[in-house]
Amino acid sequence: MDVVTLSRLQFGATAMYHFIFVPLTLGLGILVAIMETLHYRTKNEIYLKMTKFWGRLFLINFVLGIVTGITLEFQFGTNWAQYSIYVGDIFGAPLAIEATLAFFLESTFLGVWLFGWKRISPKMHLISIWLVAFSSNLSALWILIANAWMQDPVGFVLKNNRAEMTNFAAVVFSPYAWLKFTHTITAGFVVGAFFVMGISAYHLLKKQNVEFFKKSFYIAATFGMISSLLVFFIGDMHAAEVAHVQPAKLAAMESFWNTEKAAPIYLLLVPDDAKKSNLVEAFPIPSLLSLLAYHDPNATVRGLNSFPQNDIPPVTPVFLSFRIMVGLGTLFIFLTILAWWFAKKDKLLNHRGFLRIMLYSLPLPYIATQVGWIVAEVGRQPWIVYGLLKTNDAVSKNLTIGDVILTLGIFIILYTALAVLDFTLLTYYARKGPLETD
Amino acid sequence: MLNILWFIIWGLLWAMYFALDGFDLGIGMLFPFFGKTDQDKKTMLESIGPVWDANEVWLITAGGATFAAFPTTYAYMFSFLYLPLMLILYGLIIRAVCLEFRYKVNKPSLVSLLENGLFLGSLLPALLLGVAFGNIFQGLPIDQTGYHGNLITLLNPFGLITGILFVVAFLLHGSLWLSFRTEGDINLRAKALARKLWFITLFFAVLFLVSAYFVTNLYANYFSMPFLLIVPTLCVLGLLGAGFFINSSEIMAFLSSAICIIFLTFTGVGGLYPNLIPSNINNAFSLSAFNSSSSQYTLTVMTVVVIIFVPIVLAYKFWTYKTFSYKIKEGEVEGY
Repeated sequence: MDVVTLSRLQFGATAMYHFIFVPLTLGLGILVAIMETLHYRTKNEIYLKMTKFWGRLFLINFVLGIVTGITLEFQFGTNWAQYSIYVGDIFGAPLAIEATLAFFLESTFLGVWLFGWKRISPKMHLISIWLVAFSSNLSALWILIANAWMQDPVGFVLKNNRAEMTNFAAVVFSPYAWLKFTHTITAGFVVGAFFVMGISAYHLLKKQNVEFFKKSFYIAATFGMISSLLVFFIGDMHAAEVAHVQPAKLAAMESFWNTEKAAPIYLLLVPDDAKKSNLVEAFPIPSLLSLLAYHDPNATVRGLNSFPQNDIPPVTPVFLSFRIMVGLGTLFIFLTILAWWFAKKDKLLNHRGFLRIMLYSLPLPYIATQVGWIVAEVGRQPWIVYGLLKTNDAVSKNLTIGDVILTLGIFIILYTALAVLDFTLLTYYARKGPLETD
Repeated sequence: MLNILWFIIWGLLWAMYFALDGFDLGIGMLFPFFGKTDQDKKTMLESIGPVWDANEVWLITAGGATFAAFPTTYAYMFSFLYLPLMLILYGLIIRAVCLEFRYKVNKPSLVSLLENGLFLGSLLPALLLGVAFGNIFQGLPIDQTGYHGNLITLLNPFGLITGILFVVAFLLHGSLWLSFRTEGDINLRAKALARKLWFITLFFAVLFLVSAYFVTNLYANYFSMPFLLIVPTLCVLGLLGAGFFINSSEIMAFLSSAICIIFLTFTGVGGLYPNLIPSNINNAFSLSAFNSSSSQYTLTVMTVVVIIFVPIVLAYKFWTYKTFSYKIKEGEVEGY
């Protein structure tokens, strides 16, 4: 293993680990804010209890989200110094703006919300949680603007041996960024919804605090249904954008090797990276790939073999991740519609099998968001900035293999300990049920 | 012009981080020793609970702003100082988790693990940030082939003096904050501790300022532009004020200590100018506000962002500090 591979492992592992916590923050923050709004409007105690119960789980998760995020802010410099020098003129700005606009707001008002129950007016308290929910999503916007620039660099010139920004608006309003942003936050909403539905299902199966968890479930199911539909349709638009700006990534997502007009999608497909073709291709749906990628059944789709062979990503992981993501995304739509319907008709307790499915589905959106990032980032390889800079040329020059092995090792030990602690606390407080409010 | 402005902002962000998270780190280091009863410990955490996270954001902003305004410095500062920076980050991770989860666990073994973690996770960043800046003030061994130091070479006398100064200054800062937020017995004990810490901080501050004259070039700028001597003077006045006000005014003592930390940072940063990371081999390889900066376009964009949004941030942060400046009554711990 060399420094590049180890640094990729470290960045990939720490970023994916960070993204276990982020989507729940995005979705659950809004759900807690909705609950507190319901309490503010109706003065019904049950919504206050809900705010506190789900708020506590939100907080435990949030702590892990911040601590795992700090390392990412610095890893561009520590391990990817050549990258930072090359793109810092553009890439640094959204990161600094994210901290200034979003992180301060988020952390300040989380503190206010948590410690302010008796110190500020109920209205200000409600505003605080909405500011937390809003700013965590705002931070997603800025970091995804930065990430989108790595996928689809815009608004720059190459000058002084680096990329220099010439058009800030082009960077901020890049369509790629906004598709990625909306796709990511709605995915986070789905995570939040399944989290609340899963834990509610657990208690409903045990017939504990039935009213409390039926109401929680209904709010989450409604939110989850809308979000599942949105994430799916935005995902479709996002894939079309990928086809447009990163044709090699799209071809890898579909394991599509040879350029074709009216390209089909094979329901069953086994890629073979080494032979640069597919081992198995069965059950084609004619023209579907052309239709989805270019919204035209006769469009020509470029195959992987039409690109220089050093410029294509590893196909199997990207292809598999994409299939899993799309499959799960489709499943979420069915599950949330059913969940919403049963909750609306107050029939949840009659469908214990369904409740069990919802309980065990809790991890599925997590898997979907993780594989989604594999599609996005592994699919971008071998480029760190698509078409501009290769990952191999981006790493810090002074690092030794020993340095990175040491830090990666500590990360693995530390993050494993954190995962155990987090999981223990979340299950403890989730099982315990709602608190007595004072 | 913008390069100079961003150099000042760069220094200011670090200064704000040290002055604000400094007292959180101080209380974290005091936690296992100062907190005698469970009530004491809860009060200590309650005193920083609403603000510590937002204080830590200054560090992230300092990192982000370095990236945006001085990308080459960002790249080399953190890749050259790879291991110390990683240790700082591990410390901050451990600190945050231990602080937030201390009162969410009951198992005694876990409790003591988290309490020790809070101590170590506060000590490590305080010490190593000091060591790192102590070395930056001296200059790093950088030439055309890169960086020629390692973790051991950083632990030189001046690096260690700066590291210890950071630790004791943050301890003092933390005990002053604690006295400001508390009443009764814990308040008196915090003040008594602050008096002792003040002498220790004074000793290391003098040691730092004197040895800086011998091992760094920090004073060159001050001798060529004597009006700048106001910066180290304010640092000293802040420290004297902190000692002077310990008994008479808790808030003034705390603010004086904050001023001391801010101008201590600026004493160093002002001495570095125009460099952010000087080379002690050959100044041609120093990273300066001019040779490591972003384009004028990017600096302009970032300046507009700062002008619009920083006042808003400062306004609501000020409001938060006002909201949470009340005295924590014994037995009335709310957040944890």
